[in-house]
Amino acid sequence: MPQPSNGAGVNDFAFKIGTVNGTGSASANSLLMQAIFRMGIPVTGKNVFPSNIQGLPTWYEIRVSKDGYTARPEHVDLVVALNTATYAKDVAAVRTGGYLLYDSSWPLDDTLIREGITILGIPFGRMCVESFQGDRERTLLRNIAYAGALAALLEIDMDVIGEMLREKFSKKKSLLDANFTAIKLGYDYARANYTCPLPFHLEKMDANKDSILLDGNSAAALGAVYAGATVGAWYPITPSTSLMEAFKEYCERFRIDPATKQRKYALIQAEDELAAAGMVIGAGWAGARSFTSTAGPGISLMSEFIGLAYYTEIPGVFFDIQRTGPSTGMPTRTQQGDLLSIAYLSHGDTKHIALFPANPAECFYLAVEAFDLTERFQTPVFVVSDLDIGMNDWMCPTLKWDDSYRPDRGKVLDAHALERIQRFSRYFDIDGDGIAARTLPGTSPKGGYFTRGSGHDKHAIYTEDSDAYMEVVDRLARKLVTASTVVPAPEFHVQNDGGGAADIGIISIGGCHAAVLEAVDRLRHDGRSVDYMRVRAFPFAPSVREFIESHSRCYVVEQNRDGQLRTLLAIETGVARDRMTSVLDYGGLPLTADRVVSGVLAGERQTGAPEYPSVRSAVPTMSS
Amino acid sequence: MTSITKPPVRHPSLPKNALGLTKREYEGAMSTLCAGCGHDSVTAALVQALWELDLPPHRAAKMSGIGCSSKTTAYFLRQSHGFNGVHGRMPSLATGANAANKDLAYIGISGDGDSLSIGLGQLCHAIRRNVNMLYVLENNGVYGLTKGQFSASADVGSKSKRGEANVQPPIDPVLLALSLGATFVARSFSGDKTQLVPILKAAMRHNGFAMIDVISPCVSFNDHETSTKSYRYTRNHYHDIAPVDFVPLRREISAEIPDKSLVTVTMHDGSVVRFRKVDSEYDPRDRDAAYAYVRARQAKGEVVTGLLHIDENAADMHGVSGTVDTPLVELPYEELCPGSGALAELMEEYR
Repeated sequence: MPQPSNGAGVNDFAFKIGTVNGTGSASANSLLMQAIFRMGIPVTGKNVFPSNIQGLPTWYEIRVSKDGYTARPEHVDLVVALNTATYAKDVAAVRTGGYLLYDSSWPLDDTLIREGITILGIPFGRMCVESFQGDRERTLLRNIAYAGALAALLEIDMDVIGEMLREKFSKKKSLLDANFTAIKLGYDYARANYTCPLPFHLEKMDANKDSILLDGNSAAALGAVYAGATVGAWYPITPSTSLMEAFKEYCERFRIDPATKQRKYALIQAEDELAAAGMVIGAGWAGARSFTSTAGPGISLMSEFIGLAYYTEIPGVFFDIQRTGPSTGMPTRTQQGDLLSIAYLSHGDTKHIALFPANPAECFYLAVEAFDLTERFQTPVFVVSDLDIGMNDWMCPTLKWDDSYRPDRGKVLDAHALERIQRFSRYFDIDGDGIAARTLPGTSPKGGYFTRGSGHDKHAIYTEDSDAYMEVVDRLARKLVTASTVVPAPEFHVQNDGGGAADIGIISIGGCHAAVLEAVDRLRHDGRSVDYMRVRAFPFAPSVREFIESHSRCYVVEQNRDGQLRTLLAIETGVARDRMTSVLDYGGLPLTADRVVSGVLAGERQTGAPEYPSVRSAVPTMSS
Repeated sequence: MTSITKPPVRHPSLPKNALGLTKREYEGAMSTLCAGCGHDSVTAALVQALWELDLPPHRAAKMSGIGCSSKTTAYFLRQSHGFNGVHGRMPSLATGANAANKDLAYIGISGDGDSLSIGLGQLCHAIRRNVNMLYVLENNGVYGLTKGQFSASADVGSKSKRGEANVQPPIDPVLLALSLGATFVARSFSGDKTQLVPILKAAMRHNGFAMIDVISPCVSFNDHETSTKSYRYTRNHYHDIAPVDFVPLRREISAEIPDKSLVTVTMHDGSVVRFRKVDSEYDPRDRDAAYAYVRARQAKGEVVTGLLHIDENAADMHGVSGTVDTPLVELPYEELCPGSGALAELMEEYR
């Protein structure tokens, strides 16, 4: 277990850049992040951006952690404040003893003056006006100039930066030259005027050999390609849009017939999420692996169709890239607010399989698994990701593919199989696992049946008979019980392998994982005895209940106001809700380890557990 | 369609089509609609048309939403897969199914409530995409299953059974389809099987979205004296632009009939549609003219029927998006997965 640190050391610090969106800062920020990654140092980047195209505040937070912690940091050691509108907020974000870098083309604003921090000024704007022509070029290159200053202050390898610029602008010599000039402007000014590097800075490591930088939406899209999905239908919505756009890109690369240039996929931009869901279900009914990607508002709209697919037993994968709700909410902020609605989406008795990836790598693998599960169980499967996982670049293990993989298409009777049976009945449970065999349209005259969302019996015939109706819905319930034994098992991080349960049991889900892992290390380092279970699928595996029952004090860490995971655990396992304490964070930003630690400690104080010296303070976010 | 339970035994002298099937094999479950319902006549015309077209029943997919009309997909082609989805959303199900398997014959049945109110958006976008399917809109101006509310196709002034007059202007599915660029637009009447059957056949052979608005009176809630969607009203205001002959590909056309009033359109698969005795000013290939003609006749209180517009040159959804000729569902997995080598190469781009 690494020694948890409070940052501000070599390869162990965080910085944040505050700019105005639409000014081209994103490319400078990813240049910085990628350069650090290529130096072999574990790094995380979080883009905190507005629901807007141009003119509103945007931040990029980069954390460097030699120990490989990837959660968002609670405090930063250096802020680059380039947006006058957010000066007050930005200066407050610097930890005491930290640094603030501002554009000294203009006099130092009173707002930026603060005791206990060091203020560095570099005239980025003026230098760019002197060196470049045209407003657009000056604005864009000002970003590259601050990247150059940071390279000097933090000792980012200039060779790596040069290599990246050459890769990026290999075909545009003039742009390449301008970028080099801009980098040098910032770099040289910082070196000439300040002691470089700062006390916290970078030193080359070799920790990233088997890692990549990838966002969860691209990874999920790649999973869909590798799973053999052929039909995607969607309606654009933040933060899920990039999933379908990535699918399109990968398909244009991997799914074009070399001879005819024709496409081995169908990608339909639907008129709304209702239609997108209908197309997915229509394609699933016809036998294709089909999917959509959406966010909370889309999930609400799809709910009618989800009920149809559940009741008529049609496969389809639904990626939900959660954002802050309710209603339109904060479209560019993250949350885990759709857990409860997805579990039982649509009217009547329904329950759905849902998978919860914790990072982009898992988005890839669980996407593939989702396609297998949806066809095996002939029911919609949700892959529940979030904005942080979906849209931010994460450092994760290089994705691997096993060429022996073959899709699990579930029980599908072909013409040959149909020949051997007396009569095909669509909803007949022959194997006792709750799963009936289906046929695809066009197969054989013996395979025809009528799919209906209205009441039907096991032969798919319309019914208003209580017993015939109940026979079908009871089997659907059984099917989901079978699913709970097959879906991805929880991930356990126990303190005493083979020993007894720890005092504290932390339960969490999805994108909280990185912060919880770090918090667990800190709590254990402070002498607490902690086990951690990350739930990876719904309906819950039997081991979920066992974990809760075996821990006297359980904390459920999640990113929503109402403790939805805790409620779901209580409903599904029968364990009393009060047996679990919620640790919640729902302001829309990725979770930090501090919040988890302070939430757990607050709970421990209430239960009379022994006091330990607390780690860095944070806003208490505990509720019970 | 059948309204009475028939014995499973087939009379040996029942005529057979090229597949050796009798019309009975194109029928389905017993209709549960009201006796005299226009929809049952549409179903009968469909059975006739599909039988005459020698369509292998299991190669068809029947799609519908919710409502009386949508129930009828159970009353024909019992060997086909059918999908009775949710209200107004049949077009998206059909679009997805067609995207996955373009080789099936998609038969969509809808109504004026299903298509023009709750499902108006989906109908418009299926037309826009030119999804290759038959779309029959069984139009009676009324919500039957909920007992008599006006639908969006009810004419201004048409009175409900209780005497209440409709005040909101109607949405005319034919004008809507023409303005959206539909590639096959027809209007017919459930009471005129002679007209409806060849139109249905041509629509089935059309490569793209074929919409047929069929006036199909509701005997229980909208067939009274003061209704403009009744049998009597429709018969009295009926104007057939041109009787249509559908000539399938396999039948040789021996000689061109030298008749100035004859318009022929060759279908995607080589079949031919012949319009007989067309009004001199009418050309079904001219969308704008068709629109103007329908409007002009409407102003005179006439219901123009027939195959009003046909465009055989437009590409369907697959043609536009350039998908492979093989239905996507038939592509082997090996052709879809790029494999470990490609992934390893791709990963290098993320370092």
